[in-house]
Amino acid sequence: MLSFELFLPAFLAVKNGFILTLTITLASFALGQVLALPLALALNAKGKALRVPASTYTFLVRGSPLLVQLFIVYYGLGQIEAVRQSFLWPMLRSPIYCAILAIGLNSAAYAAELLAGAIRQLPPGQWEAGRSLGLCSGVLMLKIILPQAYRAILPAIGNELVLVMKGSTLASAVTVMEMTGAARVFVAKSYAPFETFLIAGAIYLLLGAIFGRIFRFIETRTTTPGR
Amino acid sequence: MLDALLQYRGQLLQGLEITLIVGVASFLLGFLIAAVLAPLAVYGNSITRRIIMGYVGLIRGLPELLVIFLVFYGGTVLLTKLVGEYVEVDALTAGIVSLAVVAAAYLTEILRGALVSVSSGQWEAALSLGFRRPRAFHLVILPQMMARALPGLGNQWLVTLKESALVSVVGLEELMRKSVVAAGATHQPLAFYLAAAGLYVMVTAVSNLAFKAYETRLTVHLR
Repeated sequence: MLSFELFLPAFLAVKNGFILTLTITLASFALGQVLALPLALALNAKGKALRVPASTYTFLVRGSPLLVQLFIVYYGLGQIEAVRQSFLWPMLRSPIYCAILAIGLNSAAYAAELLAGAIRQLPPGQWEAGRSLGLCSGVLMLKIILPQAYRAILPAIGNELVLVMKGSTLASAVTVMEMTGAARVFVAKSYAPFETFLIAGAIYLLLGAIFGRIFRFIETRTTTPGR
Repeated sequence: MLDALLQYRGQLLQGLEITLIVGVASFLLGFLIAAVLAPLAVYGNSITRRIIMGYVGLIRGLPELLVIFLVFYGGTVLLTKLVGEYVEVDALTAGIVSLAVVAAAYLTEILRGALVSVSSGQWEAALSLGFRRPRAFHLVILPQMMARALPGLGNQWLVTLKESALVSVVGLEELMRKSVVAAGATHQPLAFYLAAAGLYVMVTAVSNLAFKAYETRLTVHLR
């Protein structure tokens, strides 16, 4: 049923999208992680003024599909006059930037909940010890709380990177020719769905495995001795 | 903006209905598959275990959209070759099957984890009280296992529901697709995509409450 002579042209077609897949994945993952930290701190804030907007944001983002969010960013934002006037408009017109923005904003909500949970799980003694040593709250957060929280969620962050990679396929729905989009175009031309999607799937699996390896390496490097 | 939404209200609600049908059908189908695979992944021989864990690992590494394309386009080619004339897999079937295949992998992992977490002493105690294995499983192991699996199951239901939006890409007329059509016809994308997002959030919020209520009922013995 599979014709092997189609594998090579399928591979050549799919590989054109690889760089875009990698770019979108890494850029949105980075954006998500950068936004996740302030969001997580806001989720754990004492005052309602920070906590309520942050938890509303994560509730809305985690409650709706990524595809809808992507369409809101790509098709919806352009409808607002203020957005079209702003200096960001040249970026927001490009589907690639929109995909990175939407996937990053989505990932930020999930990562923030992870991080906020990890911070809450730390024993209160960590804060007490830090304060009794006379550390101000910024240093306490930076040197004591966050390193432990990040170490605890490192495997989950690795998981999040794979989820972002899987999410990057949605960019094909807004005309970005990343791997899945390229594969779909090739299928329309060659009528060889199995060969093409299997090749694309294999590359995704490989990429996911590499991400997993990298995170396991970081984990072994950052575990506290004696644990 | 509001006029357009009101005008397409019926369409959106129809789409929501299809979304719910696809979500529920693929979750149930996935659950049935997982209910067979999970015990095999724990009690089966090493080859069965390895095959099942291979399937779980494979699906977890593949993007859902790719699985949908594979089932939709691949299914069409496969059926056409089998039947001998052009047969197109309809988007509803392809959507339910592909989402179920994906959900089954995650659900297998959830049920397997829950099953393993019930200590073997529970089996030994039940058997030593004279229960036969099926009855011991049904009365002793299963309730404890389900109490532990429930948060994971609730989570996976939400994931499957949200993934059903992807089936719109192959043309299924569910909520997402209806919003795309309405957005195109009225040139009001923002209104329709926000409305779609709102409807999804509503369904997830209600499901969340239902699962929380059921969880508190199932875990009475743990408090």
